[in-house]
Order: sequence, then structure tokens, then C-alpha cells
Amino acid sequence: MMKQKHLLGLEHFPADDLAKIIETSFSFKEILDRPIKKVPSLQGKTIVNLFFENSTRTRISFELAQKRLSADTVNFSASSSSLKKGESFKDTVQNIEAMKIDAVVMRHPSPGSSLHLTKYIDSVVINAGDGTHEHPTQAILDMTSLKERFGKIEGLKIGIIGDIAHSRVARSNIYGLNKMGAEVMVCGPPTLVPYDIQSLGVQITHNLDEILDWADAINVLRIQLERMDRGLFPSVREYRNLFGITNERLQKHNKEIVIMHPGPMNRGVEIDSAAADGKSAIILDQVLNGVASRMAILYLFLGGNQNES
Amino acid sequence: MNLKKIPKKLLLRGGKILDPTLDKLKKADILIEKNKIAAIGSKIKDDNASIIDCNGLVITHGFCDLHVHFREPGQEDKETLATGSLAALAGGFTRVCAMPNTSPPLDSPEAINFIVDKSVDCPIFIHPIGAVTKNQKGEELTEIQGMIKEGAVAISDDGIPISDAQVMRLALEYTSMFDIPVINHAEDESLRNNGVMNEGDNSIRLGLKGNPSLSESIMIQRDLELANLVNTKIHIPHVSTSKAVSNIKRMKKINPKITAEVTPHHLYFNDQALSGYNTNFKVAPPIRSEDDRKALIKGIKDGTIDCVATDHAPHTIEEKEDLFDMAPFGMIGLESCFGVINKILDIPINLIIKLITKSPREIMGFNNNLFEIGSYIELTIVDPNLEWVFNKNNIYSKSKNSPFIGETLKGKVLYTLSKGYLADLNTIN
Repeated sequence: MMKQKHLLGLEHFPADDLAKIIETSFSFKEILDRPIKKVPSLQGKTIVNLFFENSTRTRISFELAQKRLSADTVNFSASSSSLKKGESFKDTVQNIEAMKIDAVVMRHPSPGSSLHLTKYIDSVVINAGDGTHEHPTQAILDMTSLKERFGKIEGLKIGIIGDIAHSRVARSNIYGLNKMGAEVMVCGPPTLVPYDIQSLGVQITHNLDEILDWADAINVLRIQLERMDRGLFPSVREYRNLFGITNERLQKHNKEIVIMHPGPMNRGVEIDSAAADGKSAIILDQVLNGVASRMAILYLFLGGNQNES
Repeated sequence: MNLKKIPKKLLLRGGKILDPTLDKLKKADILIEKNKIAAIGSKIKDDNASIIDCNGLVITHGFCDLHVHFREPGQEDKETLATGSLAALAGGFTRVCAMPNTSPPLDSPEAINFIVDKSVDCPIFIHPIGAVTKNQKGEELTEIQGMIKEGAVAISDDGIPISDAQVMRLALEYTSMFDIPVINHAEDESLRNNGVMNEGDNSIRLGLKGNPSLSESIMIQRDLELANLVNTKIHIPHVSTSKAVSNIKRMKKINPKITAEVTPHHLYFNDQALSGYNTNFKVAPPIRSEDDRKALIKGIKDGTIDCVATDHAPHTIEEKEDLFDMAPFGMIGLESCFGVINKILDIPINLIIKLITKSPREIMGFNNNLFEIGSYIELTIVDPNLEWVFNKNNIYSKSKNSPFIGETLKGKVLYTLSKGYLADLNTIN
């Protein structure tokens, strides 16, 4: 069992429980290699996937994790704008809880929405991304993937490259990696990597070669093309020239750098196909570990019985 | 609160009188007859008078708040002139200036007249502030003279900054004919960038959009330069940043017509208070850093900031129960004001009282001779040393959006005497 009732973020999450989730992820990964990939751990538990923001892989990943644990699942998708027209957030979630459920997995565009949800319902809340705040399950699967690759997390140097300011993946990774004893450096243009980000316990650089030189692994974030309208960076071409991960750029550094990406990728923007599909990339391992880590999370937070598996 | 008419004869016995125009405490009794001060002196005896025992209490001017939102007309679910008046009485306020960002806004002589007419029966004095521009759009000036004639005491598009510098110049220039203050909600909207809290390490942590302190200081500097050009009274509302205090301090040296206010919440909290995403802390301008908070207190002590105003901004529970980035900006402040500033400001009681009596009355040109024989009663009686926990029962506003709920405050209003009414705050809801 976990010390905290909900998984809202990693900023205030205990390090030992975080380590336990990562360890448990490996046990569940074994199950995914079996011919029959289903265990009865969460039989009889009902989980609602509440997605107020579009998502393909996170939702499918959670749903697969739930099904493989034999939980009953219900999906709810709504753009927050349609919700705004009528029923309030509070009414919506209280109505759903009134139907007797055990947990809610929620993605929502507002920062703090998962904490907000805990004020109105008694079920376990798993944050699947709350605006630009946190995305703890992504960070946990990223750390699981790092541990799988390196055999450890402590002492690793991890670079995060891209739009740090608006990234929940970056925040959760920074908190989690710091807790597990890794060092973090972030890189991107100053408009996407504000000075105040230092207070999270990271080094900052605006020079891609500096971070490539330093890092054991890099996590390349998706550049949201719509941000260009706001003038945060001038063009895809210029972004790619400064921060794009290409094999030519990587080869300059004469060492192996493990490459991660939370997806979905903009090939040819933040990362080139040759780099994304190369042997140093663990991007598809991340996807599989996502299912395993989410199984571990649901199992540990919903109090399943491991003996049954 | 027990609200009733002031008895025909009322003796305030044994209290200390604090006349904010004189700066000293004097022990004396006050005899009130037919809502006017009949006598002030030691050991007044009148067997026919009702008596309030004021031993250990301070009797001073009724408080004056030159920045409230009473939401009428149009948003009566949040507040009305009647419920706002009760909130004022609970906080010791006998006189308030109501901002025009109602629905529709107070942007015409007729709208000003509506407020004046409707507040006649309210137990406090409510002075409307007229909009600067039609429909608060920041484009065309309103009929300022017509609004003043109906009772407007200042003009402001509060809530919405006047972004166009030329419009602001024209507003200041035109208003220089009338000797009333122009008040601009000072936030540069482009720099504010839809921020919902102070920009800094906590906005980064919470993933909430930051509003930098520069959005305020740059706008204030623009407005002060313009005011200097045209020689008009300008009043800066809810100053929140250290940089703005510096700008005001510098410009005040060359322009005596500048005045400034600060809110109790900006004096009391810093942006670390937002960590739980409590929407009651969401306000414009935002709660700033600890350095800013300290600079505001210093600004009060050195006279850069003239007065305290609450920016009492009621919103319904449903609105404030929304997610942080969706919930409206604003908090109520009338009921908690005195206990908050008396706790947080380490200055003598006479200076604290001045911030909510003499100073705001001077800025608005209201009568400050409230202790003369024959004066119409407008007094507040406080226990400056009482420590108490502010809770929902102390709130009389129609809305309950206060971040002070649960805070221990120091100093409590016990009686407010206003417009012929006696509000007794010894009993709660």
C-alpha cells in the first residue's frame, strides 16, 4: 500500500513509495510477456477514466493496464468547453462517483485539477496529466525505463530538452528524478525555459551541445506547434537548427546517449527519424513500460492482492 | 450582528476617543442625541440615555473604504447594496465607494443616479464611482460631469485596465476640470499575458500562468507620467509590487496629486499561500512575493501609500468552487479588514486607524470633522487588542470568498454607528 491515498504528482510524493512503484512495475512487466496477459488483481474494482483533454496513448495505456488487472473500466471523454456550457465540474464528478466507483484516472487541462477533484469525491484519484502542472505516471514510466536500461537511477545525468515551461512531463520528471538521486539539466530557448525553473532543482542551458555532452540520457519533449503563434520561437526551422535531435548532432559527442520521448513525436522537428528509431532510442520501451507502470500504480493504490497473480 | 436604530439618547461611556485628525487618544464620554454628538466630556451623566460601556475600547471615525464591488445592478447573486452594507457595518465601515464594473456598468448619469437613489435606505453611505469609458471598453469617455452631478465621486474602469495610453491621457486631461480622482486598474494586459497568479517560482511549480510584477509597475509609471503632464488627481488602486511602490515614491516627489491604496490581503499574504490552489487567493492584481509584501508595508510606513482599501469583491461559492484557472478573480474584505491590518502592521493604532478613516476621506474629499458637537454620528468602536478567529459566521456579505477564514486576527470592531443605525457586533450571526 502507498502512504498517500492519491497519485496527484511527484513533488510531494515519498521517495520510498516511488521506488516501490518502479520495482513493482518490473513484476508486472513479466506478466505482459506471458501468453495470457491477464491477472485477477483488481477483479471487482471499478475505475473511471475521465478525460477532459484529448489523449490517445495515455488513455489506451491506462485502459490496457486496467483490463490486464481485471478491473471494470468506464471511459468518459469530454472537452472542457462542452462541460463549461452546462454542468459544473463538481456536479459532473459527484454524479459519476454516486454510481459507486473505486478510482478515477483523470486528465484535465487545468493545473491543480486532480487535487481539486479530491475535494469532491472519496475515490482514489490518479492524475493522468493536469494542465501544465504534473504528469506523474509518465515520469514513473520514464524512470522505470531508465532503470531498465541503466540498472539504476541514482547518479544518472538526465537532460530534458524542449518546452519546459509548459510541460507537465518535465515537472514530474524533475521531481521524480531528484528524489531518486539523479541529476537533471534542462535545455531550450529562454522563452520556453524561464529562469525561475531553477527553483525546481535543475541546471539550465540554452546550448544543446552542452546538455548532450553532459547527459547519460535525454528526454526530448514534443514541441507544440501551436505555441509558435504566440511568438515563443520564430520557426520550426530555427528550432530544429538550435535544439533538434539529429544523428549528426549526436555523433559530434562521441558517446552513447540514451534517447527518450514521451510522444507523440513531431518527426523532423524536435527529433529526426534516424535518431528516434536508432539503437540508442528507448521510445517504444517507454510505451510498453507505460502499461506495466500503470498496472503497478493501480495495483498499489487500489490495494490489490499480489498473491492472486 | 444586532442592527437597530440608535436610541434617542445614547451615552458611550468610558472609552478612549481617537480622532484621526488629531493623532491622539483622549479618554472621554460621548453623549449622542438624535443621531448627533450632543456632548463630549468626562463623566457625562444622563439618566435617560442608553449606555454602551466602552471601557478598554477605542472610539473613532467610521471607517471609509474607497474600493468595493457591490455588484448591483446585474450580479445580485454575488452581492447587493443591502448585503454589502451589512458587510461594511460588520467591518466598521460607514462609508464606501462602489466601483462601476456592474452589469451594465455605471457609465452614465442615469446609472449613477440609480445607485444613489437605491442606497438612500441603506445603513451606510454608498458613493458610486463612474466608469471612465462607455461600457468600460477603454475607447470613448463617459459623461463625466453628468455623473459627478448625480453623485459620482471618482472615475475608474476598475477591473479592466485602460490599455490605450491616449484614452488614459484624455481621461486625465478632461477630468482636470472637476477635481476628482481618476483611478486606473494598473495592469499592462500584454505583459499580464492571462496570468492567474504572481509570476515566480511558485507559478512554475504549480503550472499556473504567471503575471509578472512588471505588468503593474510599467502601467503605473505610464499613468503617473500622464497625470504629471495634465495635472489631475490620480489615485492608484491596490498597489501590489515593490517596483510600483518605488515608482509611486519617486513620482510623488514631483506631483502632490498622486495618492495610492493597498489592500489588506496584499499586506498579509505572499504567493506561497497559493500552493493548495485555493481559489479564494485568486485576485487581481495577484498576491505577490514576500519581498513585495514587505515593500508594501514599508510604503505605508514612509507615506508612499496613503490608505488601505479592501477591494471587496464578492463571488458566489459555485464560481469559486471552479478550477483555479477558471474561477473569477477577487475576494471579499470588508469584515476582516481591521483585524488584518491591525495584526500585520507594526505601527501605532492611531496610524492604522488613519489608513481607513482620515486618509481615504481626504482622497475623496469627504468630511473629516466627525467629532464636533452637532456632527451627524458616523463612529466605530473597536477593541484593538482582542484576538479572535475569523470564520464564516463573521461574514455578512452574500458571498463567502475570503482567504482569511480560519485566520487569527487582532483587533475587532464591536459597534458601528452609521446613518442612524447601531450595529452591535458582540453577537454573531
